[in-house]
Amino acid sequence: MTATGPATVPVTAALALGDDALVLSHRLGEWAGHAPVLEEEVALANIALDLLGQARVLLSLAGDEDELAYLREERAFRNLQLVEQPNGDFAHTIARQLYFSTYQQLLYAELAAGTGPFAPLAAKAVKEVAYHRDHAELWTLRLGDGTETSHERMRLACDALWRFTGEMFQPVEGLDAGLPALEARWLESVTDVLGRAGLTVPEGPRTGAWSAGAGRQGLHTEPFGRMLAEMQHLHRSHPGASW
Amino acid sequence: MAIAAAQRTARTPADGAPDTVDTAAYQHAFDTAVAADERIEPRDWMPDAYRATLVRQIAQHAHSEIIGMQPEANWITRAPSLRRKAILMAKVQDEAGHGLYLYSAAETLGTSRDELLDKLHAGRQKYSSIFNYPTLTWADVGAIGWLVDGAAITNQVPLCRCSYGPYARAMVRICKEESFHQRQGYELLLALSKGTPEQHAMAQDAVNRWWWPSLMMFGPPDDESQHSAQSMEWKIKRHSNDELRRRFVDICVPQAESLGLTLPDPELRWNEEQGHHDFGPIDWTEFQEVLKGNGPCNEQRITQRRRAHDEGAWVREAAAAYAAKHTGDTGETGATRA
Ligand SMILES: [Fe+2]
Ligand SMILES: [Fe+2]
Repeated sequence: MTATGPATVPVTAALALGDDALVLSHRLGEWAGHAPVLEEEVALANIALDLLGQARVLLSLAGDEDELAYLREERAFRNLQLVEQPNGDFAHTIARQLYFSTYQQLLYAELAAGTGPFAPLAAKAVKEVAYHRDHAELWTLRLGDGTETSHERMRLACDALWRFTGEMFQPVEGLDAGLPALEARWLESVTDVLGRAGLTVPEGPRTGAWSAGAGRQGLHTEPFGRMLAEMQHLHRSHPGASW
Repeated sequence: MAIAAAQRTARTPADGAPDTVDTAAYQHAFDTAVAADERIEPRDWMPDAYRATLVRQIAQHAHSEIIGMQPEANWITRAPSLRRKAILMAKVQDEAGHGLYLYSAAETLGTSRDELLDKLHAGRQKYSSIFNYPTLTWADVGAIGWLVDGAAITNQVPLCRCSYGPYARAMVRICKEESFHQRQGYELLLALSKGTPEQHAMAQDAVNRWWWPSLMMFGPPDDESQHSAQSMEWKIKRHSNDELRRRFVDICVPQAESLGLTLPDPELRWNEEQGHHDFGPIDWTEFQEVLKGNGPCNEQRITQRRRAHDEGAWVREAAAAYAAKHTGDTGETGATRA
């Protein structure tokens, strides 16, 4: 590589970001036909489609998008454990969206401002992600400050997913971003939204007992294997076929 | 048109019901407008039976859009390539959007979405019977796009000229997207048909299963159709069931040929004299059975719909409570992008 040539794509980072988008898109796709209100069928599908679009660009930087999505084993996926968590109730889905889209927006804003290999993708994606975050914020406020039931459900959801949030700020090879500063801003933003929703910031640790960054190293949670089994089954049943 | 336009004020009562003396004049203005192919708008006077017919038809159409999401959503998580997954997700999302437009069109007639959903969930309003068939393989996604969206277009293009303005305008928008769906379904089947022998067989099997139910989508034969005559007079409906069905068969035959797939009807052949295809008898007993609730998926579809609605109740209540607390908020649920 010469000084003026195109930057080579850091494959590990492309897979990490691409897998995040792919897996979360898949989870959101599971809502189709099950959403609590028709407007949310449209909104959740919008977000899922944006993420799938991002995933396809990122995976294509790392190789063949379909080979990577359909033919890798569970241990080769680099996504955060947060995004593979099952949908749960609508509150869990919203808490997952709030945590992840806040992270993604901060990260992509920084990447978009730089000159690295992810800058063009990030510049486009940051606008999509801003909408995802607004959507999550709006629902966090509605659920947190809605009825007693919704408040309680939202509180439980925020607590349950809290231990998956530390992983977002673990270093990723080839990802050129100031993660400690990003983490401080993430905490500030999430604290602000939860506060306005009448919710308190969960108290527990932000990583599990396993080493932080487990998902990024290919260590996942049990539901993820089932998710992949469903996602990959048809493609793998017809080796070499094109669709 | 000039005459009807001159009488527009006569068929637009200020507020509330017109007094009996004027009813004949309003009826006359309505009839003239319909005869002149003008649009009836929400604030115009209209006969009660016209309103009721429209509500019934638009509701059934809206319900079909949202129930129709289920058989295709069944394959989103298993779509065999990321490109196909994106297309399918977008399609299912479009159908939700169609539901939204249509419930809004029904609202212009004074019937709320909640009211209509309650009737659907209670089994008091119907949706298209086609969605009571299962999607058993990936090829079914293609067959639905090609045949079911295709039949829907044949049915719905004439509705773009329906006498009721909001319904006609919703249909213009919907038909554009449906024809997109139809092409994508065709293209999906083509890829399978030209693929491996297993993929080809999968495509043929799906077409075999979806062909006859698609023909049933046009409703019972003309001599048994309950609502047709009056709807034609009101210009809600423009062509008879049998006419539309024949048009659909004529469109599909050459497309099946270019797909390299056969249609499962040994009696299907070109009738030179008629300028149309002849086709074999439709099993109307099956149609009636599915309509009565005995199709393979009636129970499953309505149960899933009710469950989504019931499980979502706390979310809708929260949104309403939040909106009530925060004055100035619209209370609209769902943040759809501008
Ligand atoms: Fe539709
Ligand atoms: Fe469609």
